[in-house]
Amino acid sequence: MSDYKHPYRDALFVLNELVDFDKLCAEHGFADANLELVSAIFDEAGKLGSEVLAPLNRVGDTQGVSLTEKGVQETAGFAEAYHQFQESGWPSLTAPEAFGGQNLPNVVGTAVNEIWHSANLSFALCPMLTQGAIESILHHGSDALKEAYLSRLVSGEWTGTMNLTEPDAGSDLAAVKTRAVPNGDHYLITGQKIFITWGDHQMTDNIIHLVLARLPDAPFGVKGISLFIVPKFLPDGSRNDAQCVSLEHKLGIHGSPTCVMSFGDKGGAIGYLVGEAHKGLAYMFTMMNHARQGVGLQGLSIAERSYQQALQYAKDRLQGTNKDGSRYPIIKFPDIRRMLMVMKSATEAMRALALVSAAEIDRAHGSEGEAAQTHQNRVELLTPIVKGWLTELAQEITYLGTQIHGGMGFIEETGSAQHYRDARILTIYEGTTGIQALDLVGRKTLVNKGEHLASLLEEIGQTLSALEASGQFPVQAKALRASLADGQAARQLLLDKSAEDAALAGSISVNYMMLFGYLCGGWLMSQAALKAQALLEANSGDPAFLNAKLTTSRFYAEHLLTRTGSLLAVIQAGSASILALPEDQF
Amino acid sequence: MKVLVTVKRVIDYNVKVRVKADHSDVDLANVKMAMNPFCEIAVEAAIRLKEAGIATEVVAVSVGSASCQEQLRTALALGADRAIQIDTPDNPESLEVAKLLAALIQAEQPSLVITGKQAIDTDNNQTGQMLAALLDWPQATFASAISLSGEQLEVTREVDGGLQTLSLSLPALVTTDLRLNEPRYASLPNIMKAKKKPLEVKTPAELGVSLKAHTRLIKVEAPAERQAGIKVDSVEALVDKLRNQARVI
Repeated sequence: MSDYKHPYRDALFVLNELVDFDKLCAEHGFADANLELVSAIFDEAGKLGSEVLAPLNRVGDTQGVSLTEKGVQETAGFAEAYHQFQESGWPSLTAPEAFGGQNLPNVVGTAVNEIWHSANLSFALCPMLTQGAIESILHHGSDALKEAYLSRLVSGEWTGTMNLTEPDAGSDLAAVKTRAVPNGDHYLITGQKIFITWGDHQMTDNIIHLVLARLPDAPFGVKGISLFIVPKFLPDGSRNDAQCVSLEHKLGIHGSPTCVMSFGDKGGAIGYLVGEAHKGLAYMFTMMNHARQGVGLQGLSIAERSYQQALQYAKDRLQGTNKDGSRYPIIKFPDIRRMLMVMKSATEAMRALALVSAAEIDRAHGSEGEAAQTHQNRVELLTPIVKGWLTELAQEITYLGTQIHGGMGFIEETGSAQHYRDARILTIYEGTTGIQALDLVGRKTLVNKGEHLASLLEEIGQTLSALEASGQFPVQAKALRASLADGQAARQLLLDKSAEDAALAGSISVNYMMLFGYLCGGWLMSQAALKAQALLEANSGDPAFLNAKLTTSRFYAEHLLTRTGSLLAVIQAGSASILALPEDQF
Repeated sequence: MKVLVTVKRVIDYNVKVRVKADHSDVDLANVKMAMNPFCEIAVEAAIRLKEAGIATEVVAVSVGSASCQEQLRTALALGADRAIQIDTPDNPESLEVAKLLAALIQAEQPSLVITGKQAIDTDNNQTGQMLAALLDWPQATFASAISLSGEQLEVTREVDGGLQTLSLSLPALVTTDLRLNEPRYASLPNIMKAKKKPLEVKTPAELGVSLKAHTRLIKVEAPAERQAGIKVDSVEALVDKLRNQARVI
């Protein structure tokens, strides 16, 4: 069975060399944090991930969850693991000190979350959703609500859920029908929510649901939705009128209960308004960057887990025979090596982009005025790429992980198939790939006339100049030059042609998003090569790791970065053949 | 009562150990290092004594270069109150470590010293015993249970024939076996607090000890690869092989 080990060396390399972590901490109000501390944090989180959470990953997959008389029963062993996780203080990592948090940077939270998601994606969804609830209350809740709920969510004593989706309101949240009626100091909530991750379980004494609902006088559409806190147990200890009425049977993440939640079956669930009426959806948007980057990170995590398992198998599986009759492992075959290198290089590029983007959130929050806006623009731009590209790439990586196992990969006992199945949700929830891509072409490119993207491309151009100036990376330089030109051409085409062809943006969007994903990956893998070379020349660091980084960067340039060429060709084909067939021909 | 606990930086137990090409030593370059698992048990034992209100202060000590401060920080994160690094080149030999610790203990005057029974790198299993001898203290090695009644320390030891219980008068030295406890994971708030706990560096000269090598490492070789086993078809065949081939019965 598969063991998981946190790739702390690569995570520390990215933090130190690409994020410039100590500088970030010094400049943006995290005086207590530095790389040495993060290294100690990685040690302990890595141990808990490998020794406690990872062994439960397969148990969650095979045993799943069940609906019993007392509610949802999580997988055996998850509650003990949760208590260990909670008592060790991990839920409090990035929360403010005022509510018992450790106030560490978002980028550290992201790097540590990689461990939880790799070790056990289903388990890690629970604290991830709690994080969403914390953010909602922290940024929009009244002092009374903060007082009542925040500390216990931050400590992990209670968990949180996000109740957005309804049967008729998925990507189109404006269609939310759940109703909230004022009743004294609170509201009575009635309606049904679906796809509620960790909507019920027995691991904690209480669960705090954040629920989108409409007030009786609410305007039609997106501007009529409000956000409510609906606790499972009310402050007086009585059970609220909110329960899980059924569980979904899913392709993957079996250890994570996906609940149909019913509010108000017995007259109305008691809820408390968060912030102002009718602003619920706007509040959701303020948390969106964080949540979407979080799901992108899950793409990295599952890819890393799949890679580790495939690598171990490739080293162990004997399928070649030497002349003397002795046998050798499949890692010696070039095509297995190709697949492992795709997995390794993609995973490292994903980690670099995930952490660099997470650090931009810290820089945006920790800066003032124009600098804050510049960083915020970068966050807005990178978020759909992190969510869309990382999760799409995770499909390919987990596919390869199974492929390397051959027939054994198709057998469930091997464990590789679980990663492949678990990864599949990632391109769907928290905004599908299509939604991310629309966000990137629309709000993130067209709305600002491509300016934010232009500044990113300019920065990539600077990395290209540095590559060319060094003269040591002709392969990377050639690939990055071509890919950067592809990116510039795609941007220009969208800006020039979308006015005359209303269907263009929606037709090219996913390929456009993937193109910029590969380009960002190439940009950071090029930076990684420059930094690794400098360290090697200074005789600093682990030469084996740094030389591997150089090789991996080169492989990425040759095998993944070059994909932008064919993506551009598809983008240039535009909308014509996509929409040429009339609907009745389908 | 003050408890002093020793901590050694060793190769992480998860790492596959490689021998250097010239067989001069184990290859430690860029290998993940961690606290010796028996020392983790010792630290846990000390912290439990503190949590039980028996110990008033837990001092963690390591002997080696500055890199072992990492393991001392871990001990602080687990709950030790302060730490002392005795600054020497890496891999001092057991007797030197015992002499340095003895000198430090004269100054610190703890009532109880807890060490791991051995370190997983060289498996010497001798520092604790040497230290007790140098201090002329009672010692109980391979402890699987510790309790204090009055001034007497009751220690259950794992010995070949079973369990032996000793009663020691304080000050005393205990070395830990695997089953004494299951070490905890350091919590995030304690990792943060560990940064602010005092960590002092002392030199052998300050302790009045001059280091001297008594042994010389000649050669390190990887263990021979294990041969594949065979299946025997009857109990008689097994007995025959044990008697005539393995010569163990």
